[in-house]
Amino acid sequence: MLLNQFLLLSAALFCIGVYGVLVRRNGVLVLMSIEMILNAVNINLVAFGTFHGIAGQVFALFVIAVAAAEVGVGLAIILLIYRNSRSIDIDQLDELKG
Amino acid sequence: MDWFLTHAWIIPALPALGFVLILLFGKRFLGPTRAHWIGVPLIAVAFVLSICTGVAWIQHTNDPHGGPLADVQEECSRTVQATGSEEPAEHADEGPTEGHAAARGRSVAQEDHGTEATTTQEGGEEHAEAEKHHDTQPVVRCVSWFDTGDHSFTIGTLVDGQAVMLLFVVTLISLLVHLYSTDYVNGDRRYTHYYAFLSLFTSSMLFFVLAENTLQMMVGWELVGVCSFALIGHWWEEKPNSDAALKAFITNRVGDVGLIVGVIVLFFGAGQSFSIIDINIGANEGLMNHTVLLVASCCLITAVMSKSGQFVLHTWLPDAMAGPTPVSALIHAATMVVAGIYMVGRLYPVFFEGLAIGGSSINLLALVGGVTAVFGALLAFVQKDIKKVLAYSTVSQLGFMVTALGVGAWTAAMFHLFTHAMFKACLFLGAGSLSHASHHSFNMVDDMGGLRRVMPRTYWTYLIGTLALAGIIPFAGFWSKDEILAGTGSANEGVGNYHFALVMLLIGAFCTAAYMTRTIWYAFYNGEYKGHGHPHESGPVITWPLIVLAALTCVIWLVNIPTKFFFDWRPPESFTLKFEHYVEPVGPFFPGSSDNFTHAEFNGWIAALSLLVAGGGLLAGYLFYWKRALKPLENLAEKSRLAAFFKNILVNKYYFDWLYTDVIVHAVKKPIAAAAYWFNQKVLDGVVDGAGKTAVASGRFVYDKIDQGVIDGVVNGTAVVATESGGELRRTQTGRVQQYAALFFAAAAILAGIFVLVIG
Repeated sequence: MLLNQFLLLSAALFCIGVYGVLVRRNGVLVLMSIEMILNAVNINLVAFGTFHGIAGQVFALFVIAVAAAEVGVGLAIILLIYRNSRSIDIDQLDELKG
Repeated sequence: MDWFLTHAWIIPALPALGFVLILLFGKRFLGPTRAHWIGVPLIAVAFVLSICTGVAWIQHTNDPHGGPLADVQEECSRTVQATGSEEPAEHADEGPTEGHAAARGRSVAQEDHGTEATTTQEGGEEHAEAEKHHDTQPVVRCVSWFDTGDHSFTIGTLVDGQAVMLLFVVTLISLLVHLYSTDYVNGDRRYTHYYAFLSLFTSSMLFFVLAENTLQMMVGWELVGVCSFALIGHWWEEKPNSDAALKAFITNRVGDVGLIVGVIVLFFGAGQSFSIIDINIGANEGLMNHTVLLVASCCLITAVMSKSGQFVLHTWLPDAMAGPTPVSALIHAATMVVAGIYMVGRLYPVFFEGLAIGGSSINLLALVGGVTAVFGALLAFVQKDIKKVLAYSTVSQLGFMVTALGVGAWTAAMFHLFTHAMFKACLFLGAGSLSHASHHSFNMVDDMGGLRRVMPRTYWTYLIGTLALAGIIPFAGFWSKDEILAGTGSANEGVGNYHFALVMLLIGAFCTAAYMTRTIWYAFYNGEYKGHGHPHESGPVITWPLIVLAALTCVIWLVNIPTKFFFDWRPPESFTLKFEHYVEPVGPFFPGSSDNFTHAEFNGWIAALSLLVAGGGLLAGYLFYWKRALKPLENLAEKSRLAAFFKNILVNKYYFDWLYTDVIVHAVKKPIAAAAYWFNQKVLDGVVDGAGKTAVASGRFVYDKIDQGVIDGVVNGTAVVATESGGELRRTQTGRVQQYAALFFAAAAILAGIFVLVIG
């Protein structure tokens, strides 16, 4: 097993995640795409941890914990957005427009 | 007793304290009618202290110790400072009668002259005299007033016989005037103000009298002027009164210029010293240039002319009658007008040397005094106002004093000042009493008459004052006037031979007797009372001062009994010439026998002539008014054109007021004022207007170009740029999260690319 294969998988996951963040209109799906990006990072960390020392895996655990918290906050925000505007379409959330 | 001599400053301090207290608390705590509760006790204490100082001075003179400068504090006099360090032993051979300080004081002059040999002989002769008549020792105390550079100006007291004499006169007259005023000015609307200034007036004069240096003298001199201004204009609501006050003040300013110049000349002449002792020693010992002394004395005579109402600048004095009568008494007897006489007496060596009085027959002082004595007296004949008669009488009598100083009869001048203060105060207060009775009118011709029956006390005291003023034996005026006449040295041994002065004074004496008789006739005889209401004798508060002054007038001559009377009768020597002995200074600061300064003795012929002249004046008045015996002289002005011409001159007061007001003031007013107006309008206003216009134009330019164009342009430009750029940049702010994220990732990708390219 080569490190490159993991890195390529991770890069593919990252790109899919970025695509999802940029393109999806549904807020929940955007959140899910962010999770995907985070997991791409996790793969990277674990892969490097396997080849270069245990520290990467510890970081991966931290990222998973933080991602859980982030999803909790993110879902709460989306829930509130829904309550206020009966929609979770991100394109319509442009009150900050200059 | 020396405590009184060294602490003489308390005497002027007391009325000054009274002034402050009355001003601060008089009205509020005592009410508008009780300001005298403060003024009278303080002046009474000052009077008692003055008497104590006098007694102390007599003891001090009787019990001499050391030389003439032994009691001069070292800081006060440069002469004492300069000689203080000298070795006193080298003059020890000068004799035991004189102390070291005397030897020191005199040695300066001797060494400077380089004539030690001759002066030692003279010194020896003086010692013989000195055993009889010891040098006086003025008591000088001073403190530092202010320092400029290496100069220390002092302020202090110079107590000698002359100062003590005037302390007594000023406090006595002031005390009587204070008492008299409690009735006379009672109910006045500015009672408190009146008493405050009365106190300040007294205090200023005492300050002036005790002045230790000429600078301090000048301060006192000006203070006296200010107070007289305030009191003459006491009833300023009426225009003539405030005019009179202004006239008194402004006329005095003219003379003050002379005083300032004279004092400055003497300051440099005496080696940069204001000290009176220094100046007198410098002048008397010949250390000062004669020209300097001549210039200084001429300048100071101008000051005397204005302050002491001498001819040419006398015009303010009669107008000063606008003030309350007690103030007139104070001005004429004690505080204001004698200041000039006192100043000449104080700086006598300056005049004696400067005008070369010794051995001469005419000088400026004698001329001014002689002319004033006659011309002032003549004016008194045409006055209807009783106070104006007395005012011109004062002018004339001050002329007597100035003449006496001019002819070298110093003691006679001071003695006349002394006696004149008593009887002139008596006459003025008497005139006040008369006006009190006749509804505040002073017009003796139209509003008085026949008052001798209703006002016996005023009548008798006024009569005594008149006889004293006329110079009838044995009242005070005779003795002092006779001393002056003898002092002219015209008929006997004197300082000089002043025939002109003698003639003028005799004419003056005749006129004095005659116009005073006229006053007595109009006020007390002349048929029935002509004024309003019923006249009545004044209350005891008014009459008692009159009685005291009249009594003093009768006895005061005893202080200076001549050494011999008519027919060579000589009174016991222990009674004679006390005034001369205690008042006249002897020492290096006063002309002595070596300067040809002598004392004229009583001369039977002169005395008889003076009595004859005075009696002639009285008789002429008696014949003219009572007996109507001089019919050809009555209504002379209507009969003779020449007499009318002279009367017109007198009524118009020699046209001096016209000269000052219409000629001088008008001449100044018209062209100079017009020129000043033109200058003001064209030049000054032009400059000011030009400056204003330039300022406006430049202001407009700055506003238009710089403020509006540059500064506002910069500020507005900044704002415009900010707005424009903000408007452009806001398009990037779409509010879409995904767009931001896209940018974010794009930027991250670019950074990563750079990272890889640069590092990898």
